[in-house]
Amino acid sequence: MNRKQKKSLYSILISFVLLIAVFVLDKTHLLPDAVCKILYLIPYGIVGHDVLRKAVLGIKNKEVFDENFLMAVATIGALCLGEFTEAVAVMLFYQIGELFQSIAVGRSRKNISDLMDIRPDYANLLNENGECEEVDPEEVETGSLILCRPGEKVPIDGIVKEGTSSLDTSSLTGESLPRTVRAGDAVISGCINLDGLLKIETTKEFGESTVSKILELVENSSMKKAKAEHFITKFAHYYTPVVCYSALVLGLAVPTLTGIISGSFAYSVWIKRALTFLVISCPCALVVSIPLSFFGGIGGASKKGILVKGANYLEALANTETVVLDKTGTLTEGVFEVTDYLPAEGTGKEELLENAAYAERASGHPIAQSIRKAYGKSIPSSSSEELREIAGKGIKAQRGDGFVLCGNKALLDENGVSFGEPHANGTVVYIALDQKYLGAIVISDRIKKNAKESLSALKNNGVKKTVMLTGDHEVTAEYVAKETGVDEYKAELLPEDKVREVERLLETKSASGKLVFIGDGINDAPVLSRADIGIAMGALGSDAAIEAADVVLMDDDLSKLPLAIRISRKCLRIVKENIVFAIGVKILCLVFAAFGIANMWWAVFADVGVLIIAVLNATRTLHIS
Amino acid sequence: MKKTFPIEVDCAACAAKMEDAAKKTEGVKNASVSFMTLKMRVEFEDGADINETMDRVLKACRKVEPDCEIDF
Repeated sequence: MNRKQKKSLYSILISFVLLIAVFVLDKTHLLPDAVCKILYLIPYGIVGHDVLRKAVLGIKNKEVFDENFLMAVATIGALCLGEFTEAVAVMLFYQIGELFQSIAVGRSRKNISDLMDIRPDYANLLNENGECEEVDPEEVETGSLILCRPGEKVPIDGIVKEGTSSLDTSSLTGESLPRTVRAGDAVISGCINLDGLLKIETTKEFGESTVSKILELVENSSMKKAKAEHFITKFAHYYTPVVCYSALVLGLAVPTLTGIISGSFAYSVWIKRALTFLVISCPCALVVSIPLSFFGGIGGASKKGILVKGANYLEALANTETVVLDKTGTLTEGVFEVTDYLPAEGTGKEELLENAAYAERASGHPIAQSIRKAYGKSIPSSSSEELREIAGKGIKAQRGDGFVLCGNKALLDENGVSFGEPHANGTVVYIALDQKYLGAIVISDRIKKNAKESLSALKNNGVKKTVMLTGDHEVTAEYVAKETGVDEYKAELLPEDKVREVERLLETKSASGKLVFIGDGINDAPVLSRADIGIAMGALGSDAAIEAADVVLMDDDLSKLPLAIRISRKCLRIVKENIVFAIGVKILCLVFAAFGIANMWWAVFADVGVLIIAVLNATRTLHIS
Repeated sequence: MKKTFPIEVDCAACAAKMEDAAKKTEGVKNASVSFMTLKMRVEFEDGADINETMDRVLKACRKVEPDCEIDF
């Protein structure tokens, strides 16, 4: 509890005790009635002076419909009608409710900020003498050497200069498997160093580091408000005045009219009902629970490595109808590897691979790397032998008296090697030795292990259509589409074709449904911004992707997408529950009050009770199974 | 020019009122208040003096919510 809350608690306790004391004196008639009535004003003043003060200030500033004013009118009205106990009690309960609300909101605030507890408090800066000094991360300049001990957070993005350790990235990505780093590896801030001492050279300032970017993004996310939030502020804007004017009608017009008809003017009964109206008219339960739900949802999602840039996006995700996926890096690993060997007759698989690896021994091309990885052994070579890379075609390597050819069809055609073209999914590398065709090696991108499950999970979460867009060949696209189970695919697209395709899909979807595009953030910016919601994945350490997307998945785990939609749907459900519950109870109480069934106590429940229940319900968004 | 300021306010409805008041202040292009993070994000008009504008914003906010604080 903070100072304000403690003060409020004390005044509640004191006035509660005083109220009971005065009540006992009143009922036992130990003191004259008039004295008791004055004594009631003491607890009333203690617990309500703040409300009264703000009400006066409100009137001075022409802000009439604020809750302090309403409470003041309601309780003073009750005092005037001679309902002393009720007046004090209502004020007391109102304050108890306010205190509860303040504590509940404070606690959920703390819960959420604990979730995002990735901000490093200090950095161990190494000076020229090799001495270590604890400083504020903001003071560390780019290119400084910092020390990170086991158990500490990496404070700033950088490169490991010395040391080996495993890093816990779970607070950034939700991924529980530690990552091993050694000298030369880049490390990002916010990870926790688990076991080794690391000497890190910083590559960024603190403000530009991953941890700052993420914190900024999450904090600003509550500034982009959801439609439900706008709805509720607008509702509150009309609700309070409408209820207040109704109270006026109820308290004055109704008894006057019935009085004219029946001949007896029952003002005090109707004014009491009108005062009850005023207590119910406070809109806070609605107004606080909606942003709290979204904030909780965003906080919970970020714990899982899903950064949502605004409540509006979290809201929109729940209505995802079409999901458009990029292929490379999204459905597939984006890492090329040898997937098939197609040796010619009379050639062994080993011989084929050995020759390919021999030719590709020095190339930095991803295809060459995957061939060498598949071969796995060191490659004997003598430097005198000629190795020629023919751009766009492949490699011609001298081997003994002859040549190894390793490349595409054009390379072999050019050198007069004839062969039957095999059918394969992926990139095919042809190999020939001394003009004799040895066979082909197929290299392709591996489909992500959880791609299929993720896509079917999307379907279970209300997604109607999944579409894969790729710049890759038809054959490869068809294969990936079949293996992962996407509904449609379009192959051999240029970046601008992708935008056109997304625009076409935007036209064919229903009005309320949303289109999500998910890609690895590389060359995707135009499509990311064109889609209703652009999602970049594998964004750890990539500023451009964090910048361009509406939702950022910190690692490249595709199953985070259905999870994000699930979080969003849960959040929206809670928001709707709260809207219906809060408005429902308030209207019910208003009706009951108009007919004299509900009294001030009901009104206090309608105001404070509803608020507490709504806040508790809203905090459920934090917990994601 | 956008800047974020920590604020102090007790209730969500009051935060919404502060947002309204800030938006209407001279020199402010747009403003957003988050009751959850207790922050106010203000987008200033080009050439507006930040301190002077924030003085006006605070004054406007105090009118709708006498107990509010903006730290700038």
